[in-house]
Amino acid sequence: MSTVDGKSDVLLQLNGISMQYGKGETAVTALSGVDLTVHAGELVAIMGASGSGKSTLLTIAGGLTTPTSGEVIVEGQWLSTASPAGIAALRRRTLGFVFQDFNLIPALSAIENVMLPLDLDGWKRRKARSAAMDALRSVELESRANHYPDELSGGQQQRIAIARAVVGTRRIILADEPTGALDSATGEVVLRMLRKRVDAGAGGILVTHDARHAAWADRIVFLRDGRVVDESVGHSVDTLLAPVAQP
Amino acid sequence: MSVRQSLLAILDQGPCYGYQLRTEFDRRTGSTWPLNVGQIYNTLDRLARDGLVEKLEASDASPDATSQIYFRITDAGRSEVAGWLGSPVERTAATRDELAIKLAIAVTLPGVDIARVIQVQRAATLRNLQELTKTKNATGDPETSENLAWLLIVDSLIFQAEAEVRWLDHSEARLARAAATGHAAPLPLGTEIPKRGRPTKVVPA
Ligand SMILES: Nc1ncnc2c1ncn2[C@@H]1O[C@H](COP(=O)(O)OP(=O)(O)O)[C@@H](O)[C@H]1O
Ligand SMILES: [Mg+2]
Repeated sequence: MSTVDGKSDVLLQLNGISMQYGKGETAVTALSGVDLTVHAGELVAIMGASGSGKSTLLTIAGGLTTPTSGEVIVEGQWLSTASPAGIAALRRRTLGFVFQDFNLIPALSAIENVMLPLDLDGWKRRKARSAAMDALRSVELESRANHYPDELSGGQQQRIAIARAVVGTRRIILADEPTGALDSATGEVVLRMLRKRVDAGAGGILVTHDARHAAWADRIVFLRDGRVVDESVGHSVDTLLAPVAQP
Repeated sequence: MSVRQSLLAILDQGPCYGYQLRTEFDRRTGSTWPLNVGQIYNTLDRLARDGLVEKLEASDASPDATSQIYFRITDAGRSEVAGWLGSPVERTAATRDELAIKLAIAVTLPGVDIARVIQVQRAATLRNLQELTKTKNATGDPETSENLAWLLIVDSLIFQAEAEVRWLDHSEARLARAAATGHAAPLPLGTEIPKRGRPTKVVPA
Protein backbone atom coordinates (compact mmCIF):
# COMPACT_ATOMS: atom_id res chain seq x y z
CA MET A 1 0.00 0.00 0.00
CA SER A 2 2.69 2.49 0.94
CA THR A 3 5.37 3.37 -1.50
CA VAL A 4 8.88 4.53 -0.75
CA ASP A 5 8.30 7.65 -2.80
CA GLY A 6 6.62 9.82 -0.21
CA LYS A 7 4.89 12.25 -2.55
CA SER A 8 2.81 9.81 -4.53
CA ASP A 9 1.68 8.04 -1.38
CA VAL A 10 -1.97 8.91 -0.81
CA LEU A 11 -2.80 8.72 2.87
CA LEU A 12 -6.27 10.13 2.89
CA GLN A 13 -8.84 10.57 0.20
CA LEU A 14 -12.26 12.18 0.36
CA ASN A 15 -14.47 11.70 -2.68
CA GLY A 16 -17.67 13.66 -3.22
CA ILE A 17 -18.39 14.24 0.44
CA SER A 18 -21.76 15.74 1.31
CA MET A 19 -23.15 16.20 4.76
CA GLN A 20 -26.56 17.19 5.90
CA TYR A 21 -27.53 17.70 9.52
CA GLY A 22 -31.17 17.09 10.34
CA LYS A 23 -34.05 16.47 8.00
CA GLY A 24 -36.81 18.33 6.23
CA GLU A 25 -37.24 22.06 6.62
CA THR A 26 -34.64 22.44 9.33
CA ALA A 27 -31.97 20.45 7.48
CA VAL A 28 -28.56 22.13 7.27
CA THR A 29 -26.27 21.29 4.40
CA ALA A 30 -22.79 21.51 5.91
CA LEU A 31 -20.84 20.09 2.93
CA SER A 32 -21.63 19.54 -0.73
CA GLY A 33 -19.49 17.43 -3.00
CA VAL A 34 -16.10 18.03 -1.40
CA ASP A 35 -13.07 16.20 -2.81
CA LEU A 36 -9.76 16.27 -0.99
CA THR A 37 -6.59 14.19 -1.17
CA VAL A 38 -3.74 14.26 1.33
CA HIS A 39 -0.41 12.71 0.42
CA ALA A 40 2.38 11.63 2.72
CA GLY A 41 4.62 14.59 3.40
CA GLU A 42 1.82 17.07 2.80
CA LEU A 43 0.14 19.46 5.18
CA VAL A 44 -3.14 20.84 3.85
CA ALA A 45 -4.72 23.84 5.52
CA ILE A 46 -8.48 24.33 5.40
CA MET A 47 -9.62 27.91 5.69
CA GLY A 48 -13.06 29.42 5.58
CA ALA A 49 -15.48 31.55 7.52
CA SER A 50 -17.10 30.17 10.63
CA GLY A 51 -19.90 27.78 9.65
CA SER A 52 -18.35 26.96 6.28
CA GLY A 53 -18.02 23.28 7.22
CA LYS A 54 -14.37 22.95 8.26
CA SER A 55 -14.94 21.01 11.47
CA THR A 56 -17.51 18.78 9.82
CA LEU A 57 -15.02 17.92 7.09
CA LEU A 58 -12.35 17.06 9.65
CA THR A 59 -14.56 14.76 11.74
CA ILE A 60 -15.65 13.00 8.55
CA ALA A 61 -12.01 12.59 7.45
CA GLY A 62 -11.28 10.96 10.80
CA GLY A 63 -14.24 8.61 10.73
CA LEU A 64 -15.91 10.29 13.70
CA THR A 65 -18.91 11.32 11.57
CA THR A 66 -20.40 9.35 8.70
CA PRO A 67 -21.12 11.56 5.69
CA THR A 68 -24.56 11.64 4.08
CA SER A 69 -22.84 10.64 0.86
CA GLY A 70 -19.33 10.21 -0.48
CA GLU A 71 -16.35 8.02 0.33
CA VAL A 72 -13.55 8.33 2.87
CA ILE A 73 -10.47 6.24 2.19
CA VAL A 74 -7.85 6.12 4.94
CA GLU A 75 -4.57 4.42 4.02
CA GLY A 76 -6.40 2.42 1.38
CA GLN A 77 -9.29 1.40 3.63
CA TRP A 78 -12.79 2.41 2.66
CA LEU A 79 -14.45 3.54 5.86
CA SER A 80 -17.93 2.78 4.51
CA THR A 81 -17.10 -0.92 4.39
CA ALA A 82 -14.78 -1.09 7.42
CA SER A 83 -16.06 -2.71 10.61
CA PRO A 84 -16.47 -0.58 13.73
CA ALA A 85 -13.49 -2.41 15.20
CA GLY A 86 -11.49 -1.65 12.06
CA ILE A 87 -12.32 2.04 12.31
CA ALA A 88 -11.47 2.04 16.01
CA ALA A 89 -8.08 0.52 15.22
CA LEU A 90 -7.44 3.17 12.57
CA ARG A 91 -8.22 5.84 15.11
CA ARG A 92 -5.80 4.32 17.60
CA ARG A 93 -2.92 3.67 15.23
CA THR A 94 -3.19 5.82 12.16
CA LEU A 95 -5.13 8.95 13.00
CA GLY A 96 -4.16 11.63 15.45
CA PHE A 97 -6.81 14.18 16.40
CA VAL A 98 -5.82 17.52 17.77
CA PHE A 99 -8.76 19.49 19.10
CA GLN A 100 -8.99 22.58 21.19
CA ASP A 101 -10.50 21.06 24.27
CA PHE A 102 -8.20 18.84 26.24
CA ASN A 103 -9.29 16.30 28.81
CA LEU A 104 -6.18 15.35 30.68
CA ILE A 105 -6.63 12.87 33.48
CA PRO A 106 -5.79 14.76 36.70
CA ALA A 107 -4.47 11.70 38.53
CA LEU A 108 -1.91 10.94 35.84
CA SER A 109 1.34 12.80 35.23
CA ALA A 110 1.97 14.50 31.89
CA ILE A 111 3.90 11.57 30.48
CA GLU A 112 1.35 9.03 31.76
CA ASN A 113 -1.39 11.00 30.03
CA VAL A 114 0.57 10.95 26.79
CA MET A 115 1.29 7.20 27.12
CA LEU A 116 -2.38 6.37 27.61
CA PRO A 117 -3.35 5.70 23.97
CA LEU A 118 -0.28 3.48 23.55
CA ASP A 119 -1.11 1.55 26.73
CA LEU A 120 -4.62 1.00 25.37
CA ASP A 121 -3.10 -0.24 22.15
CA GLY A 122 -1.01 -2.82 24.03
CA TRP A 123 2.42 -1.23 23.69
CA LYS A 124 5.20 -2.45 25.95
CA ARG A 125 5.70 -0.06 28.86
CA ARG A 126 9.30 0.91 28.03
CA LYS A 127 8.60 1.48 24.37
CA ALA A 128 5.49 3.51 25.18
CA ARG A 129 7.43 5.62 27.64
CA SER A 130 10.10 6.48 25.14
CA ALA A 131 7.54 7.30 22.42
CA ALA A 132 5.67 9.51 24.89
CA MET A 133 8.91 11.29 25.75
CA ASP A 134 9.49 11.94 22.02
CA ALA A 135 6.00 13.41 21.74
CA LEU A 136 6.58 15.63 24.76
CA ARG A 137 9.86 16.79 23.28
CA SER A 138 8.09 17.67 20.03
CA VAL A 139 5.91 20.14 21.92
CA GLU A 140 8.92 21.36 23.94
CA LEU A 141 7.64 20.07 27.28
CA GLU A 142 9.99 17.20 28.09
CA SER A 143 10.99 19.03 31.24
CA ARG A 144 7.41 18.76 32.53
CA ALA A 145 7.05 15.00 32.00
CA ASN A 146 6.46 14.23 35.67
CA HIS A 147 4.22 17.17 36.49
CA TYR A 148 0.51 16.70 37.08
CA PRO A 149 -2.06 18.68 35.06
CA ASP A 150 -2.89 21.03 37.94
CA GLU A 151 0.79 22.01 38.10
CA LEU A 152 0.75 23.15 34.48
CA SER A 153 -0.57 26.29 32.79
CA GLY A 154 -3.54 26.07 30.43
CA GLY A 155 -1.27 26.39 27.42
CA GLN A 156 1.04 23.66 28.71
CA GLN A 157 -1.93 21.37 29.33
CA GLN A 158 -3.05 21.94 25.79
CA ARG A 159 0.38 21.05 24.44
CA ILE A 160 0.34 17.85 26.56
CA ALA A 161 -3.03 17.00 24.99
CA ILE A 162 -1.51 17.62 21.56
CA ALA A 163 1.44 15.35 22.39
CA ARG A 164 -1.07 12.65 23.41
CA ALA A 165 -2.95 13.13 20.13
CA VAL A 166 0.11 12.56 17.97
CA VAL A 167 2.07 10.06 20.09
CA GLY A 168 3.36 6.90 18.44
CA THR A 169 3.47 6.20 14.76
CA ARG A 170 0.27 7.87 13.54
CA ARG A 171 0.66 8.91 9.95
CA ILE A 172 -2.37 11.15 9.59
CA ILE A 173 -2.80 14.15 11.83
CA LEU A 174 -6.07 16.06 11.86
CA ALA A 175 -5.99 19.34 13.74
CA ASP A 176 -8.96 21.66 14.33
CA GLU A 177 -7.83 25.16 15.33
CA PRO A 178 -5.11 23.60 17.48
CA THR A 179 -3.55 26.89 18.42
CA GLY A 180 -6.78 28.57 19.42
CA ALA A 181 -6.13 29.08 23.10
CA LEU A 182 -2.36 29.44 22.82
CA ASP A 183 -0.38 32.64 22.73
CA SER A 184 1.30 33.21 19.40
CA ALA A 185 4.78 32.00 20.39
CA THR A 186 3.38 28.77 21.88
CA GLY A 187 1.10 28.31 18.90
CA GLU A 188 4.20 28.36 16.75
CA VAL A 189 5.66 25.45 18.75
CA VAL A 190 2.61 23.39 17.80
CA LEU A 191 2.81 24.37 14.14
CA ARG A 192 6.51 23.57 14.01
CA MET A 193 5.75 20.16 15.52
CA LEU A 194 3.06 19.50 12.89
CA ARG A 195 5.42 20.62 10.15
CA LYS A 196 8.18 18.29 11.40
CA ARG A 197 5.85 15.31 11.59
CA VAL A 198 4.65 15.95 8.08
CA ASP A 199 8.18 16.47 6.75
CA ALA A 200 9.05 13.10 8.29
CA GLY A 201 6.35 11.45 6.17
CA ALA A 202 3.00 11.98 7.87
CA GLY A 203 0.06 13.69 6.20
CA GLY A 204 -1.94 16.39 7.90
CA ILE A 205 -5.00 18.56 7.73
CA LEU A 206 -4.93 21.81 9.65
CA VAL A 207 -8.19 23.67 10.08
CA THR A 208 -7.63 27.30 10.88
CA HIS A 209 -9.05 30.71 10.18
CA ASP A 210 -5.69 32.31 10.82
CA ALA A 211 -3.74 32.98 7.63
CA ARG A 212 -0.49 33.07 9.55
CA HIS A 213 -1.05 29.48 10.63
CA ALA A 214 -2.37 28.29 7.28
CA ALA A 215 0.88 29.56 5.79
CA TRP A 216 2.72 26.64 7.39
CA ALA A 217 0.86 24.29 5.05
CA ASP A 218 1.87 23.13 1.59
CA ARG A 219 -1.57 23.75 0.19
CA ILE A 220 -4.48 25.91 1.30
CA VAL A 221 -8.05 24.92 0.54
CA PHE A 222 -10.95 27.32 1.07
CA LEU A 223 -14.41 26.27 2.04
CA ARG A 224 -17.34 28.54 1.41
CA ASP A 225 -20.84 27.36 2.34
CA GLY A 226 -19.69 23.76 2.35
CA ARG A 227 -18.00 23.85 -1.04
CA VAL A 228 -14.36 24.08 -2.00
CA VAL A 229 -13.71 27.44 -3.59
CA ASP A 230 -12.20 26.88 -6.99
CA GLU A 231 -8.46 26.69 -6.44
CA SER A 232 -7.56 27.28 -10.06
CA VAL A 233 -7.63 31.02 -9.70
CA GLY A 234 -7.42 32.22 -13.24
CA HIS A 235 -5.78 35.50 -14.10
CA SER A 236 -7.58 36.00 -17.35
CA VAL A 237 -9.78 39.05 -17.52
CA ASP A 238 -12.56 36.93 -19.01
CA THR A 239 -13.02 35.05 -15.76
CA LEU A 240 -13.21 38.30 -13.80
CA LEU A 241 -15.56 40.16 -16.12
CA ALA A 242 -18.94 38.62 -16.63
CA PRO A 243 -20.81 39.95 -19.65
CA VAL A 244 -22.41 43.25 -18.68
CA ALA A 245 -26.18 43.20 -18.90
CA GLN A 246 -27.34 46.09 -21.08
CA PRO A 247 -30.26 48.06 -19.73
CA MET B 1 11.63 54.53 5.31
CA SER B 2 13.87 56.47 7.60
CA VAL B 3 17.14 55.89 5.80
CA ARG B 4 18.42 59.16 7.12
CA GLN B 5 17.95 58.33 10.78
CA SER B 6 19.05 54.72 10.31
CA LEU B 7 22.36 55.79 8.81
CA LEU B 8 22.79 58.38 11.49
CA ALA B 9 22.15 55.76 14.21
CA ILE B 10 24.79 53.51 12.67
CA LEU B 11 27.24 56.42 12.52
CA ASP B 12 26.61 56.95 16.22
CA GLN B 13 28.60 53.71 16.69
CA GLY B 14 31.66 55.23 15.03
CA PRO B 15 32.81 56.95 11.82
CA CYS B 16 32.18 55.07 8.55
CA TYR B 17 32.87 55.26 4.82
CA GLY B 18 29.86 55.45 2.53
CA TYR B 19 30.26 51.92 1.24
CA GLN B 20 30.76 50.62 4.75
CA LEU B 21 27.48 52.24 5.81
CA ARG B 22 25.68 50.39 3.08
CA THR B 23 27.06 47.07 4.29
CA GLU B 24 26.14 47.89 7.88
CA PHE B 25 22.59 48.86 6.91
CA ASP B 26 22.09 45.67 4.86
CA ARG B 27 23.54 43.48 7.59
CA ARG B 28 21.08 44.89 10.10
CA THR B 29 17.99 44.66 7.89
CA GLY B 30 18.64 41.36 6.14
CA SER B 31 19.00 43.20 2.81
CA THR B 32 15.22 43.65 2.73
CA TRP B 33 15.51 47.23 1.47
CA PRO B 34 18.86 47.30 -0.31
CA LEU B 35 20.26 50.81 -0.69
CA ASN B 36 22.44 51.82 -3.59
CA VAL B 37 25.60 53.74 -2.99
CA GLY B 38 24.15 56.82 -4.69
CA GLN B 39 21.29 56.95 -2.17
CA ILE B 40 23.77 56.64 0.66
CA TYR B 41 25.95 59.50 -0.57
CA ASN B 42 22.95 61.73 -1.28
CA THR B 43 21.70 61.15 2.25
CA LEU B 44 25.14 61.76 3.71
CA ASP B 45 25.47 65.03 1.77
CA ARG B 46 22.18 66.23 3.19
CA LEU B 47 23.16 65.14 6.69
CA ALA B 48 26.42 67.09 6.31
CA ARG B 49 24.56 70.13 5.00
CA ASP B 50 22.29 70.01 8.07
CA GLY B 51 25.27 69.76 10.38
CA LEU B 52 24.41 66.28 11.65
CA VAL B 53 27.59 64.64 10.32
CA GLU B 54 30.94 65.97 9.24
CA LYS B 55 32.98 64.90 6.24
CA LEU B 56 36.56 63.96 6.88
CA GLU B 57 39.41 62.97 4.61
CA ALA B 58 40.82 59.56 5.39
CA SER B 59 44.30 61.08 5.45
CA ASP B 60 43.19 62.96 8.58
CA ALA B 61 42.77 59.61 10.31
CA SER B 62 45.74 57.67 9.07
CA PRO B 63 48.59 59.15 7.09
CA ASP B 64 49.02 56.33 4.57
CA ALA B 65 45.34 55.97 3.59
CA THR B 66 44.17 57.20 0.21
CA SER B 67 42.04 60.30 0.24
CA GLN B 68 38.75 58.50 0.80
CA ILE B 69 36.02 60.43 2.54
CA TYR B 70 34.46 59.21 5.71
CA PHE B 71 31.75 60.55 7.94
CA ARG B 72 31.51 61.27 11.65
CA ILE B 73 28.39 62.11 13.61
CA THR B 74 28.16 65.51 15.33
CA ASP B 75 26.55 66.34 18.68
CA ALA B 76 23.49 67.61 16.81
CA GLY B 77 23.42 64.27 14.98
CA ARG B 78 23.53 62.38 18.27
CA SER B 79 20.55 64.21 19.66
CA GLU B 80 18.66 63.57 16.40
CA VAL B 81 19.27 59.81 16.86
CA ALA B 82 18.08 59.96 20.46
CA GLY B 83 14.97 61.84 19.34
CA TRP B 84 14.28 59.28 16.62
CA LEU B 85 14.59 56.26 18.92
CA GLY B 86 12.47 57.93 21.59
CA SER B 87 9.51 58.92 19.43
CA PRO B 88 6.91 56.90 17.50
CA VAL B 89 7.04 56.53 13.74
CA GLU B 90 4.27 58.72 12.35
CA ARG B 91 2.24 57.10 9.64
CA THR B 92 0.43 59.45 7.35
CA ALA B 93 -3.28 58.75 7.57
CA ALA B 94 -4.01 58.06 3.94
CA THR B 95 -1.02 56.40 2.37
CA ARG B 96 -2.25 55.24 -1.02
CA ASP B 97 -2.95 51.55 -0.79
CA GLU B 98 -3.00 50.09 -4.27
CA LEU B 99 -5.15 47.15 -3.25
CA ALA B 100 -7.73 49.19 -1.34
CA ILE B 101 -8.07 51.49 -4.34
CA LYS B 102 -8.43 48.55 -6.69
CA LEU B 103 -11.21 46.99 -4.60
CA ALA B 104 -12.97 50.32 -4.13
CA ILE B 105 -12.98 50.91 -7.88
CA ALA B 106 -13.86 47.29 -8.73
CA VAL B 107 -16.90 47.30 -6.46
CA THR B 108 -18.39 50.23 -8.38
CA LEU B 109 -17.97 48.63 -11.84
CA PRO B 110 -20.91 46.69 -13.25
CA GLY B 111 -20.18 43.10 -14.27
CA VAL B 112 -17.04 42.61 -12.19
CA ASP B 113 -17.04 39.46 -10.11
CA ILE B 114 -15.71 41.10 -6.97
CA ALA B 115 -15.67 37.82 -4.99
CA ARG B 116 -13.27 36.50 -7.57
CA VAL B 117 -11.10 39.62 -7.43
CA ILE B 118 -10.84 39.05 -3.68
CA GLN B 119 -10.13 35.34 -4.05
CA VAL B 120 -7.38 35.95 -6.62
CA GLN B 121 -5.74 38.46 -4.30
CA ARG B 122 -6.11 36.25 -1.23
CA ALA B 123 -4.54 33.29 -2.99
CA ALA B 124 -1.59 35.48 -4.02
CA THR B 125 -1.17 37.00 -0.55
CA LEU B 126 -1.33 33.55 1.02
CA ARG B 127 1.37 32.29 -1.34
CA ASN B 128 3.50 35.22 -0.27
CA LEU B 129 2.75 34.38 3.36
CA GLN B 130 3.75 30.75 2.76
CA GLU B 131 7.08 31.89 1.30
CA LEU B 132 7.73 34.18 4.25
CA THR B 133 6.86 31.40 6.68
CA LYS B 134 9.27 29.04 4.93
CA THR B 135 12.00 31.65 5.12
CA LYS B 136 11.33 32.18 8.78
CA ASN B 137 11.25 28.48 9.53
CA ALA B 138 14.54 28.01 7.69
CA THR B 139 16.17 30.82 9.66
CA GLY B 140 15.47 29.05 12.92
CA ASP B 141 16.24 30.48 16.31
CA PRO B 142 18.09 33.75 16.52
CA GLU B 143 21.60 32.65 17.35
CA THR B 144 23.14 35.82 16.06
CA SER B 145 22.10 39.45 16.25
CA GLU B 146 21.81 39.53 12.45
CA ASN B 147 19.34 36.61 12.57
CA LEU B 148 17.35 38.34 15.27
CA ALA B 149 17.14 41.58 13.28
CA TRP B 150 16.17 39.63 10.17
CA LEU B 151 13.47 37.67 12.02
CA LEU B 152 11.94 40.90 13.30
CA ILE B 153 11.61 42.07 9.73
CA VAL B 154 10.22 38.75 8.45
CA ASP B 155 7.70 38.78 11.30
CA SER B 156 6.66 42.27 10.34
CA LEU B 157 6.08 41.22 6.72
CA ILE B 158 4.17 38.15 7.94
CA PHE B 159 1.88 40.23 10.12
CA GLN B 160 1.28 42.67 7.26
CA ALA B 161 0.33 39.85 4.91
CA GLU B 162 -1.92 38.35 7.57
CA ALA B 163 -3.62 41.70 8.08
CA GLU B 164 -4.24 41.89 4.35
CA VAL B 165 -5.87 38.45 4.32
CA ARG B 166 -8.04 39.38 7.28
CA TRP B 167 -9.09 42.57 5.58
CA LEU B 168 -9.95 40.59 2.42
CA ASP B 169 -12.04 38.15 4.49
CA HIS B 170 -13.74 41.08 6.12
CA SER B 171 -14.42 42.78 2.79
CA GLU B 172 -15.83 39.55 1.40
CA ALA B 173 -18.25 39.28 4.31
CA ARG B 174 -19.17 42.96 4.04
CA LEU B 175 -19.88 42.59 0.32
CA ALA B 176 -21.97 39.48 0.92
CA ARG B 177 -24.07 41.40 3.45
CA ALA B 178 -24.39 44.37 1.11
CA ALA B 179 -25.46 42.09 -1.74
CA ALA B 180 -28.05 40.45 0.50
CA THR B 181 -29.60 43.80 1.40
CA GLY B 182 -29.36 45.14 -2.15
CA HIS B 183 -26.78 47.77 -1.34
CA ALA B 184 -24.11 46.50 -3.69
CA ALA B 185 -25.33 48.14 -6.89
CA PRO B 186 -22.51 49.37 -9.16
CA LEU B 187 -22.09 53.04 -9.92
CA PRO B 188 -22.83 54.06 -13.51
CA LEU B 189 -20.94 57.01 -14.94
CA GLY B 190 -22.32 60.31 -13.67
CA THR B 191 -24.66 62.07 -16.10
CA GLU B 192 -23.34 65.53 -15.39
CA ILE B 193 -20.18 66.02 -17.38
CA PRO B 194 -17.66 67.98 -15.36
CA LYS B 195 -16.17 71.10 -16.98
CA ARG B 196 -12.64 70.85 -18.24
CA GLY B 197 -9.90 72.64 -16.43
CA ARG B 198 -9.87 73.66 -12.81
CA PRO B 199 -12.66 72.68 -10.50
CA THR B 200 -15.07 75.62 -10.09
CA LYS B 201 -14.42 77.69 -7.04
CA VAL B 202 -17.03 77.67 -4.39
CA VAL B 203 -17.98 81.28 -3.80
CA PRO B 204 -18.30 81.96 -0.12
CA ALA B 205 -21.74 83.23 0.82
N1 LIG C 1 -24.05 18.55 15.09
C1 LIG C 1 -24.63 19.46 14.29
N2 LIG C 1 -25.95 19.52 14.15
C2 LIG C 1 -26.54 20.41 13.32
N3 LIG C 1 -25.86 21.30 12.59
C3 LIG C 1 -24.54 21.29 12.69
C4 LIG C 1 -23.83 20.39 13.53
N4 LIG C 1 -22.50 20.63 13.43
C5 LIG C 1 -22.37 21.64 12.55
N5 LIG C 1 -23.58 22.05 12.10
C6 LIG C 1 -23.83 23.11 11.11
O1 LIG C 1 -23.09 22.80 9.94
C7 LIG C 1 -22.46 23.96 9.40
C8 LIG C 1 -20.95 23.79 9.36
O2 LIG C 1 -20.47 23.75 10.69
P1 LIG C 1 -18.95 23.47 11.05
O3 LIG C 1 -18.49 22.26 10.33
O4 LIG C 1 -18.83 23.45 12.53
O5 LIG C 1 -18.24 24.76 10.44
P2 LIG C 1 -16.85 25.47 10.85
O6 LIG C 1 -16.01 24.49 11.59
O7 LIG C 1 -16.28 25.89 9.53
O8 LIG C 1 -17.22 26.66 11.67
C9 LIG C 1 -22.94 25.11 10.26
O9 LIG C 1 -24.06 25.69 9.65
C10 LIG C 1 -23.31 24.46 11.56
O10 LIG C 1 -24.31 25.19 12.23
MG1 LIG D 1 -15.07 24.65 13.55
